[in-house]
Amino acid sequence: MPIALPRLPEERLSPLSDAYAQAVRQKRLSTLFLMAAILAAAIVSGWLAEVHPLRFIQNIGDFFSYFSRIFVFDDSVPGRPDLIGKVVLHDLGEWMWGIDKWLKLLVDTLLIAYLGTVLGTIGAFGLCFLAAQNLMPRRWVRVSVKRYLEFCRTVPELVFALIFVIAFGLGPIPGVLAIAIHTMGANGKLFSEVAENIDMKPVEGVIAAGGSWLQVIRFAVVPQVLSNFASYTLLRFEINVRGASVMGFVGAGGIGQNLIEAIRKFYYTDVSAILVLIIATVMIIDLLTERLRHALIGMESKK
Amino acid sequence: MSSALREQALAEAAGLAARHPRVFNPPLTRRLATLAVIAALAGLFVYGFHALGFSASRFIGGLAQLGSFVGLMIPPSPGSVSKGVIYLNALAETVAIAFLGTLLAFFFAFPLGFLAARNATINRAVQLLTRRFSDSIRGVDTLIWALIWVTVVGLGPFAGVLAIMTSDIGNFTKLFSEAIETSDRKAGEGVLSTGGSRLHEIRFGILPQVFPVIIGQTLYFFESNTRSATIIGIVGAGGIGLHLSEQIRTLEWQAVSFIIVLILIAVALIDFISTRLRLAIIGRNEVAV
Repeated sequence: MPIALPRLPEERLSPLSDAYAQAVRQKRLSTLFLMAAILAAAIVSGWLAEVHPLRFIQNIGDFFSYFSRIFVFDDSVPGRPDLIGKVVLHDLGEWMWGIDKWLKLLVDTLLIAYLGTVLGTIGAFGLCFLAAQNLMPRRWVRVSVKRYLEFCRTVPELVFALIFVIAFGLGPIPGVLAIAIHTMGANGKLFSEVAENIDMKPVEGVIAAGGSWLQVIRFAVVPQVLSNFASYTLLRFEINVRGASVMGFVGAGGIGQNLIEAIRKFYYTDVSAILVLIIATVMIIDLLTERLRHALIGMESKK
Repeated sequence: MSSALREQALAEAAGLAARHPRVFNPPLTRRLATLAVIAALAGLFVYGFHALGFSASRFIGGLAQLGSFVGLMIPPSPGSVSKGVIYLNALAETVAIAFLGTLLAFFFAFPLGFLAARNATINRAVQLLTRRFSDSIRGVDTLIWALIWVTVVGLGPFAGVLAIMTSDIGNFTKLFSEAIETSDRKAGEGVLSTGGSRLHEIRFGILPQVFPVIIGQTLYFFESNTRSATIIGIVGAGGIGLHLSEQIRTLEWQAVSFIIVLILIAVALIDFISTRLRLAIIGRNEVAV
């Protein structure tokens, strides 16, 4: 059965369809303009960043062969000519020859991340309420704390680590401090945003009962924000484990020192062994913190 | 008057405690569990300091030295005009690295994001494979990628571009696929019901919903990549990091603070621009990430 759709008469339809075509043309034009702008910016950036497509095409094979090389034994294993050219899984003992040393360094790396996270979070906890609009009436305090936190998170942690290595000497201390400062900046911002979104009724209640500012924070604010703070801190720990794995690049402790040496001195199988260990650690930590975070969120929603 | 009120409230306290036993007197097991968690965390904290060889004297000595460094950093100065020009040039290079790396990662991760999303992929095996691929890329820090690319294309900013691109392919694939998975299915079903193919569904049902979100995330990462690009120079992958680490190692503190101020200004500028662009594209009312 044919359905007769009502159709506008031509004289009323044509202005509508013209307007539609006009709108589409306008949108296409602006998209085209945006594309041209991005392309121009890309060309300028390519020139600034010395992009050489030809060299890239010539050497792209090296990138993939690098990965095949780090997973195959070369002639670096003394007294084992039979291993040359074999995949590393062939002899796990030879591949992971430094496992004891590397595991110890991995534990160091995790400790650096943990100490940095805890120290930074304590600092963030102390400062976040001073930066929250609803809890800190004095504008100058709020603004100066906010600027300070911004400074802490904008300067990359590796830059802090470089400076601290000179002040405190080589070793894990500068790594811990660098991560702590960055964590303070990042968590401080997130914490203060959480504190700005709380329910203000308990705060009013404590103020009405004659509570001091600290009592307001302790009894009206902290119970509301604690689970969110814990969740953000776990997330930050996860990020800090990755960060701690490269702290050794500038001499600030952890497994990074061994990794950069292995890469620079072309100890191919060591590179893959350390990378595999780092990736495995990061994945395990991700899984654990995700579990914990979900448990925390579950507790929160049950309340 | 107020003391009378206070007396009254205090007299009421016992009754209040009796009415809300869970607040005033939580069960012992719960208290013990809280205490145990706090004790374990604190114990690990103390053990960590011990295991990493912290010593108070070294810490205090370091702090004193740090204080003297900060004193030497003021006022920030590049040293000479020609050096200032070199630093500005390196800063432009840094921004260029971040821009190009983000752009390239966007182009690679855009199709990968669809492959890794449950509702837009080809089949389950492809989806899981893409997911694992992006997870492994994300497990490796940008700086490590920079080292690897330096061995492939040589020292210079191009290695930095490739490093930022590589690590962001992992990040973007994850974020894009999550955005695609949370998109509303109804639009896609509508396209399918009028006889559209799977590709039509993705193009007209999913893409219009997720595109603003994806652009917002990309812009957000452009800002954070500018920060990453300032340090990849430490391993020789271009940008201002090379100069910064050089000036730190040679103890030219005024130049160090000058470069840090440059970085702060550049990041703030890009933050400002990308927030503007994000709001223009997404609209003020929607949440970006």
